[in-house]
Formats: sequence, structure tokens, C-alpha cells
Amino acid sequence: MLSKRLIACLDVRNGNLAKSVKFVDTKDIGDPVAKAREYYLDGLDELVFYDITASHEDRGIMLDVVEAVASQVFIPLSVGGGVRSVQDATDLRLAGAEKINVNSAAVSNPDLISACAVSIGEQNVVLSMDVQKVPPSDALPSGYEIVINGGRKPMGLDALGWALRGEQLGAGELVVNSIDADGTREGYEITLTRMISEAVRIPVIASGGAGTSQHLVDVLQEGKADAALVASMVHFGDYTCSGIKQDLHAAGVRMRMAW
Amino acid sequence: MKPVTVIIDYDAGNLRSVQRACSEVGLEAQISSDANQVAAAERIIFPGVGAAGSGMASVRKNGLDEALLGAYAAGVPILGICLGVQISLDHSAEQDTKTLGLLPGRVRQFKFSNPELKVPHMGWNEVRVTQPHPLLADVKPGQEFYFVHGYYPDPAQHSDVYAVSDYEIEFPCAIGRDNYFGTQFHCEKSGRFGLQLLANFANWDGTC
Repeated sequence: MLSKRLIACLDVRNGNLAKSVKFVDTKDIGDPVAKAREYYLDGLDELVFYDITASHEDRGIMLDVVEAVASQVFIPLSVGGGVRSVQDATDLRLAGAEKINVNSAAVSNPDLISACAVSIGEQNVVLSMDVQKVPPSDALPSGYEIVINGGRKPMGLDALGWALRGEQLGAGELVVNSIDADGTREGYEITLTRMISEAVRIPVIASGGAGTSQHLVDVLQEGKADAALVASMVHFGDYTCSGIKQDLHAAGVRMRMAW
Repeated sequence: MKPVTVIIDYDAGNLRSVQRACSEVGLEAQISSDANQVAAAERIIFPGVGAAGSGMASVRKNGLDEALLGAYAAGVPILGICLGVQISLDHSAEQDTKTLGLLPGRVRQFKFSNPELKVPHMGWNEVRVTQPHPLLADVKPGQEFYFVHGYYPDPAQHSDVYAVSDYEIEFPCAIGRDNYFGTQFHCEKSGRFGLQLLANFANWDGTC
């Protein structure tokens, strides 16, 4: 049967690896290409590069990073951050990205999802959603709201509704990133992840809040995620990819254990 | 024209990841949509992602169908990957498409009774070898490869199946006959074991 996936997210700012806490206070923590190669050799199942400055600044430098990683890392590579057009997606694909993450731009222009799906294939379009918990209301019945621009701008858009719309528009996969949990290392937002995973037929990647291997076990089992995304846990050396996978395997989660 | 390894370009996805993975194992391959180059190749990789209907139309439009059939008949080693494998059979349920027919068989859609199974089948899954093949020589039990697909190849003859995988049902994931071999999984994205399969292809003389 299909294994659950361990995905590492590398936030890149001006070509350097960065890690944020609750989307602010970013620190540079190293060379993304070297990190990517290290994780690949240590059993990582998939990589996500996120250009965290891309919504605002020049992003050509990211293409070089993607190109360098793609020639050294032979697992699926997903890239996002500031993808505004099919051309952006195509450029990143040519540089070596397998999958393209769309986020903020898709919220203001949902047709971007379908246009990318037609152009690069549905299975390669990942809709990445930044979500914050809110009191349930008529406009936000799920109690979760979509925010954009790196967590700075609430959109008054219901997260569950947006996930279903994204699937309908042709997204092949969803990243559900909890703004509330991001960088806290206190665990994923299980309720949110499970709600969305049960509502869609496409794979769901849980993001935000990983601090221990047990957090991944929880979101992959109880939260019904197909994959779990980690950042701080591995970037700061507290955990290794292989160590996390061994913990998950020992807890009964089906993982790829030979590489 | 110097014979080379050609990766067939038929507007079906980004082929540079295949080219990079080949390069990693010392197989320098050129990407081409030119039927003459394909016909003259000493080794052919037929990759691709996307839908069978548009993929097949693109193969026909460029005369690549004749080039591939000719190369197969001439004993040129051919490796199909993902959509490239599906198009190699007679018929695909995807868009009810008549395909190349290098091997007899059909491409079927996953239909799951379990509503919790996600579509497409995306991620790492174990590949179980069912009969020996030079390209699978290094595949051991427990090794997983990367898949992304909603349809799977189903050769008419059991003897054309070399490996299977499981996603609710058991399905063929590596098939072949004579000098043709194909994997539903992406060897170019399957880490060291996928690279090993490509390295084996680079050294394959087209016999089983």
C-alpha cells in the first residue's frame, strides 16, 4: 500500500534558507541546496521550496536554487511562493520543479488554478492554503479562514469552502498550513487537517506546528493527512529525516524505510 | 547522424527531470520531438505525464508513432515511463483512446470501493518483482518507487508483467516484452533505486 510521506519545507529568502515563527521573525539558517541534498540522502520523501519573499520582491534567484537542487536531488520537488501566472509555473517547472504551489495569487484569481492545471497537469498543481482559526460565522462556517501574503491578510474566505473549490478547479493536492500552529512546534492543527482531508478526494499535506515525531503520527493517523510537512524540526538539527521516519514506522505509520 | 539516446518530447510534461536523472547515471540523453532522430536513436526513453488522448494525438502528429514502432521492430532498447507506458499498449480507458500497441493490452482506471483512498495514486509504493528482468535486477523486497497516476497498464498477457504494486487492488507497474520495458512509476524521481533502474537501462542490450 501507499506510504505516508515525510516532506521537508525549505523557506528560501534571497537564496538562503530561512525559518519563521508565526510567519514573522525570519532567521537565515543556511544553504538550501546543501540542506536539500542532505535530506534527500537521509530518506526524505519529497521537498518543498517556498520563496517567502516572492510575493514582494524579485524572484529570479529562486530559479537558480531550484535548478541546482533539481540536478542533485531525485525525489519530487515542489516549489511555491509568488506564483502569479502560468508563465511563473512554467519557468519553475523548466528549472526543475515537479509540482507548483499556488497560494495568495490563487485566492484573488482562482482561475490561476485551472489555468495551471491545464498547462502543467492537475497532479502537478498544489494549492497551498494558509489558514487561521476564527469564531464560526455565516461567512466562515468551518471556523477557519484563509489568509494570504504570508499570513498578513485575512480574506473573509472559508477554508473548507476554498479547499473544495480548489479541488474542483483542478488542484491535484492541498497543503493545509495552520498559521496558528506554524513555528510553535506544539503540534499540527488536527481538527482542521482532518476536516479538509475527509472532504476532498485529493491528497492533503499537513503543515505547521511539527515539534516531535508524535505530532506527525497524530496528524497522519487522527488527522488523516496523506503527508506531513516539517521545517524547524529538521532544520535546527533536533531531528533527522531518517530518525522521524523510524519513529513513525515504529508507531505503525506506513513509511518508505529503504532508500 | 551519430546514434544517441533520445528522450521523446511530445508535449507531455517536463522531460528535464528525466534527462537530469539519466545524466546522474552517466547516460547523456537528448530531448527530441524529431521522428528522424528517434528513428536513428540507439536507445529511447518514452516518458510523459498527462492525458492519454492528447498525448497520443501529439505522438501521431509528429510521426513519432511510426518512429517508435520501427525502433521497437529493430530491437532498439526502449524505456517507457508513466504515460509513455500507457500509450505503449493498445487502448486506454482515458478518453477512450486507441494507442500505440507495442504490447497487447489496455489501460484501466482505478475505481475504488474505499472512499477514503485518494485519487490519483500519488506517492511512494512498494514495487514487487514478479519475474526477473535485467532492469529490475537490483530491486529488492521493501523498495519503494514514486507514483503519480489515475490509470494503470494491464497487459493482455501475464508474461508481459514484471512487477506489481498495490493500491486497493494489485496492478502491474512494470511491463515489457523483448526490447521494450516500461514502468508506471517515475524512476527519475524514485531516489537511488530509481537511478539504479536507469543505470541498468543504460547498459541494457534489449534482451531479457
